[in-house]
Amino acid sequence: MQVKVFITPKKGVLDPQGRAIEHSLRSLGFDNVGQVRMGKYIELDVAAASSDEAAGEVKRMCDRLLANSVIEDYRVEVERA
Amino acid sequence: MKWGVVTFPGSLDDRDALYALRDVLEQDAEPLWHKDRDLRKADCVVLPGGFSYGDYLRCGAMARFSPVMESVVDFARRGGLVLGICNGFQILCEAHLLPGALTRNRSLSFICEPVTVRVENVNTPFTCAAQPGQRLRLPIKHGEGLYVAPEDELRRMEDRGQVLVRYVDRNGNPADAANPNGSMHSIAGVANETFNVFGLMPHPEHAVEPMLGGGGGLTIFRSIIQSLA
Repeated sequence: MQVKVFITPKKGVLDPQGRAIEHSLRSLGFDNVGQVRMGKYIELDVAAASSDEAAGEVKRMCDRLLANSVIEDYRVEVERA
Repeated sequence: MKWGVVTFPGSLDDRDALYALRDVLEQDAEPLWHKDRDLRKADCVVLPGGFSYGDYLRCGAMARFSPVMESVVDFARRGGLVLGICNGFQILCEAHLLPGALTRNRSLSFICEPVTVRVENVNTPFTCAAQPGQRLRLPIKHGEGLYVAPEDELRRMEDRGQVLVRYVDRNGNPADAANPNGSMHSIAGVANETFNVFGLMPHPEHAVEPMLGGGGGLTIFRSIIQSLA
């Protein structure tokens, strides 16, 4: 089963990369851009009997290794086969 | 006393730490390998700077799960002294031996320059040889040294005196212009609640000889030696 993990900086945590992108977009004339936040995207193949099982397993991976809960939030999406 | 200096794949400053301890301070110091669980009776374990495991995912995130770190975590929980420098500081945060986290410098640039830090608490094994408010000149060289922690946690850390060193200007003030990476509260290094684990971004092991930029780092190592004497 393919699982997608979206990791983003927690609200309130300074995101200098997001801010630099925001400034670059504005200087290119994209005046309608508001705040930009930059994170990470991870794709995993997981052997599991159900979507719930796959999602649960990947959440455990996020808590242990993939995300740092002090500075990051994550969201897990399981792709339909 | 005996020192152990850990080498992870990608560590850079392990040799310099051993040099500072053995050649400059005439200490009994042994290298420890990341796959070893045996800390060889070290009284203080040093996690050096560098880019352990390529800094993949997050700085220190992979090193945290190396075999030697299991022993380091046990050792720290039993009260053993652990000093994490730069990447070592990042590893200690990832291992939850220290609060907070280190993120990308606000300038987005890798910074390599001397800084001045002020010693904020001298009642710890890592700072007891310093005078209150003493300023140390130490080099930094990092891309991800911006210290972050939740505000309420930071307040508790400040109250308990866990912020051991802070970036300051020439007059000893923690001005924003003297904060090289944008760290919250100008934090350069913090200890845990029991003051036996200390992590800092500046490199004391690179500042141990007056001929090579000063001896500011000696104060940290001498404090540890003094505390265990």
